[in-house]
Amino acid sequence: MTLPARLRDNVNSTILIIAIFAAWELACVLFHVSPIVLPRPSQVIMTLVVQMPALWPNIVHTLLTTLIGFAGGMTIGVLLGVLVGVSRTAYKTAYPLLVGFSSIPKVAVVPIFVLWFGSGTVPAVLTAMTTCVFPIVVNVATGLAATEPEMEDVLKALGATRLQVLWNVGLPRAMPYFFASLKIAVTLAFVGTVLSETVASNIGIGTVMMMASANFDVTLAFAGLFALAMLGICLYAVFALIEQRVCGWANRRNDLATL
Amino acid sequence: MSVAAVSSAREAKPPQRIVQLEDVKVRFGSNETSFLALDRTNIAVNAGDFVAMVGPSGCGKSTILKLVAGLLRPSEGSVFVAGREIGAERVGVGMAFQNPTMLPWLTILQNVMLPLKIVEPHRSSYRAQKNGVFRDRAEALLAKVGLAGFGDRRPWELSGGMLQRANLCRALIHEPKLLMLDEPFGALDQFTREELWAILQTLWMETRPTVFLVTHDLREAAFLANRILIMSARPGRVTEDRAVEFARPRKLETTYQESFNSLTHTLRSAIVAARQTAEAPR
Repeated sequence: MTLPARLRDNVNSTILIIAIFAAWELACVLFHVSPIVLPRPSQVIMTLVVQMPALWPNIVHTLLTTLIGFAGGMTIGVLLGVLVGVSRTAYKTAYPLLVGFSSIPKVAVVPIFVLWFGSGTVPAVLTAMTTCVFPIVVNVATGLAATEPEMEDVLKALGATRLQVLWNVGLPRAMPYFFASLKIAVTLAFVGTVLSETVASNIGIGTVMMMASANFDVTLAFAGLFALAMLGICLYAVFALIEQRVCGWANRRNDLATL
Repeated sequence: MSVAAVSSAREAKPPQRIVQLEDVKVRFGSNETSFLALDRTNIAVNAGDFVAMVGPSGCGKSTILKLVAGLLRPSEGSVFVAGREIGAERVGVGMAFQNPTMLPWLTILQNVMLPLKIVEPHRSSYRAQKNGVFRDRAEALLAKVGLAGFGDRRPWELSGGMLQRANLCRALIHEPKLLMLDEPFGALDQFTREELWAILQTLWMETRPTVFLVTHDLREAAFLANRILIMSARPGRVTEDRAVEFARPRKLETTYQESFNSLTHTLRSAIVAARQTAEAPR
């Protein structure tokens, strides 16, 4: 992608966001929507700025909770993914369990975690972890299965062990799949954290939004949403950047156009 | 007896047998859906030979390659490589397929050096040598196949023919005793293919690995091989074992000789006959 093209894409994205906010603002003013139902974006942003000193510790807390849960989910996801991707037996044995596990609505596990660990940060971390683990498992396993059989034959004929095949071909080949899943997983981890915070916690954006809606402070609740969206975008961008660095080879068509 | 006579007697020692298939049968699939891919096959190949295998498609040519490379066990019979029954210890077989499978996250040079990372005795010194001796060796090999200066490129920057040249280098970098080629030039245009025949011949004459070449191109088999094994349709068996005597190094002009043409004609009619007998019993 040439630089002007990338710039044009960025400009287009910005215009889209501004246009939606402007339409929202305009609709609220035109139809006299009460801020208790739907606050105007300008009000939300004002609240976000004004309340920032009070919101900040909550934002940091939610971010840390999410990152800890995400790190745990990533570790478990990679290990399970490699296991399932490498061994056919493990795949066949574990797959029904994984599918069953992933189809449980994560809201349903929060009360159980609260029962075990009390309300607070621990259930939030665990919920974030369980929410983000499945896409990582599936993608890592799929990526490992993408190894060309010819390449495997070439290495095995050389006398390579399974570990050597995994290390030299399987894992690098799975990297683009892994990073694609990380971008999804990190946003899912946020969902998990906030979910748990709204149910059982006394700190975090989820809690703030819960309390705000109890007080009919809809503007503050929306401010929480905005903060979450921004955190999500930031983390997504971080992982997209790492992805570009680590496996730029997978996006070679873009690179080629740059040459 | 003079010294010269002794040394010539030593040179004339019988050629070393490197591959031996004894009454090998290969059956694929489970009980009811199983089929015989290879039937009572006996092949003996001496070290340094260049063997081409031709035959109707599905006749088990690639199965033989996999048996010799140790990727497959025979259902019956035994396969000996370098005196050992295969599976006991592998000998670091070089292999190249029609699909070059260069790893896109590595440079061409790193791709070519991949076997050195895996096969002993190179593996233990890989870290120390990858920017020294090994790199020089890989670059020299790339230069021989006409890829000098392309070592630092990425696979997607090269054409199919160039990738196949790099693929040959990867199969040969560790100077294997055995080289398995499964239709390596099948997807290339005629001119690139003929150029690569000559390159392969040169490389073979330098280090004299034992080569097994599976091909559908009868001219390719006749140009490159010392021996051509003609196989019957499935279940595959070797029906004819033909020596090819043209002097080395063979030139492209060789392929226009009358004797060359009559050889490819004979091969062709043998395969046509094999196809027809395969259809007859049904």
